[in-house]
Amino acid sequence: MVLVYSDNEKLMKELLAKARELADGLGKKVTAVVVGSGEAADELIRYGADRVIVAEGGPGAFKAEEYADILTGAIEETGSRIVLIGSTKSGKELASRLGGKLGAGCMIDCNRVFLDSGELTVERGVYSGNAVSVERFNSDIKIATVPGKAFDPLEKDDGRSGEVERKTYQIGEYASVVARVQEMVSQGVNVEDAEIIVSAGRGLKNREDLKMIEELAEAIKGYTLGCSRPIAADLKWLPEDNWIGLSGHKVKPKLYIACGISGQIQHIAGMRDSSIIVAINKDADAPIFKSADYGIVGDIYKVVPRLIEELKNQ
Amino acid sequence: MNIIVCAKQVVDVSEVKVDPSTNKPVLTGIPKKISDIDKNAVEEAIRIKEKAGSGKITTITVGPPDAKEKIKELLAMGVDEGVLIPAPEEFDYHVVSSLLAGAIEKIGEYDLILCGEASIDMFSGQMGPRIAGILNIPQITYALKIDASEDRVVAERNMGDNMVTTESTYPALVTVTKEINEPRLPSLMQILGAARKPIHDWSAEDVGKAGLSTMTRTLDVRGVPMERKNITFKEDLDEAVPKMVEMLAKDGVLN
Repeated sequence: MVLVYSDNEKLMKELLAKARELADGLGKKVTAVVVGSGEAADELIRYGADRVIVAEGGPGAFKAEEYADILTGAIEETGSRIVLIGSTKSGKELASRLGGKLGAGCMIDCNRVFLDSGELTVERGVYSGNAVSVERFNSDIKIATVPGKAFDPLEKDDGRSGEVERKTYQIGEYASVVARVQEMVSQGVNVEDAEIIVSAGRGLKNREDLKMIEELAEAIKGYTLGCSRPIAADLKWLPEDNWIGLSGHKVKPKLYIACGISGQIQHIAGMRDSSIIVAINKDADAPIFKSADYGIVGDIYKVVPRLIEELKNQ
Repeated sequence: MNIIVCAKQVVDVSEVKVDPSTNKPVLTGIPKKISDIDKNAVEEAIRIKEKAGSGKITTITVGPPDAKEKIKELLAMGVDEGVLIPAPEEFDYHVVSSLLAGAIEKIGEYDLILCGEASIDMFSGQMGPRIAGILNIPQITYALKIDASEDRVVAERNMGDNMVTTESTYPALVTVTKEINEPRLPSLMQILGAARKPIHDWSAEDVGKAGLSTMTRTLDVRGVPMERKNITFKEDLDEAVPKMVEMLAKDGVLN
């Protein structure tokens, strides 16, 4: 059995496609686990699940402690040996706790998941994207988390049938309490799909100066604004939607322009798959230049306006 | 307030290069350090202890003997005692988290366990939640802010789409993000004073975890070289900007 869980509906469908492929290769079935009301349970059958378990959740908001108990119950009951979980932040902490609880092998953020001679094999980025490690499991239960867009979902098949069951698994008592959940203000920016990204870093002196970066972005069609960690996480001048890096978003535009970004390895990890990288920084020794196709050594307050002018003349 | 911090020694990732002849990352001869976010966890532990007015901070590291030098830096910051457990010849997340959990149980009396959200080399973020799972205690991940009072800890957490406030009585495990604080630089007096603080050598047997076997194995680590043109303009802007824009246009990325 291959078991699939994600709190993200889109990711769940992507995982189901991979689970289907693995299960077919091994002659096994796919079980999807949904916690809560299970409104979309039938839908998951149409996207590749053989069986959907709608498990009763805890009394409050998501707690990894409780969800690890629920998944343990579902794994035991279905005899699942492969567990695929969506790599959201909650998915990663859930998978890791489950690994600890079951003493099982777990791999986080697997961009590739496949069978090699019938053995589950995964690949993930390490050393800030400088290398890929290929991993296999020794444990009976094998857990892997998978980020969004690693796999395409199957086409919806209204002819597929399967069973949907409600279950209640034993959940332990934990002293932790979720006191408040506040939705982050999202401006619907999707840097991961952007073709052109103009990014701002710590070289920016004031929040108002983001206007200048935006103006540069507007001078090129189809732009999106990005930023490095300090702008989103420390100064909060831009929301996390715009944060590019190892713990932010990973992007692969055809053009990436880094303005006043020093080029810490964690930032590079988020943008290294860009086709062309441009760096503007006043420090000639800034590491960003090593990762750039074109670099201009100079003050962004002088270079950016000049660049806007030039682009407008094009 | 007794706090345990798990701290990993890592290679400085920004120095890792890919050897073009073997297509492998070169990991020997690279400077080592305590993983950045683990240092944030240490700093937070010191602040919590300072606020509480009393208590003890112990760090636990699984790693090679040379990690002792790096543990001394943590003692200089304000940690009371360090523990070093040698990494077995073969290790993985399961083995290391089991050794850390064993050491935590051996220490016995603790209120809080702090970890970095992830180590900067592997960036999995498994260690904290695995340990919490093994010990069957609450886990509070990705904390940007911690308020630890006498009987409970309240943390504000960055969960991506949501900001979540979670609280718990003790014991609890909390993982922290880089934004939570700025780790202090110890003074010369503190560095000298750290020499008197103990670093315990514990074996897998000492922590009740002899004969662990790995649950995953690494088949290969291959480099991902990044090829860039590296054309840098240092001259007059009025020359550099048009030149670069022309090159970008030729590359076909401007429309």
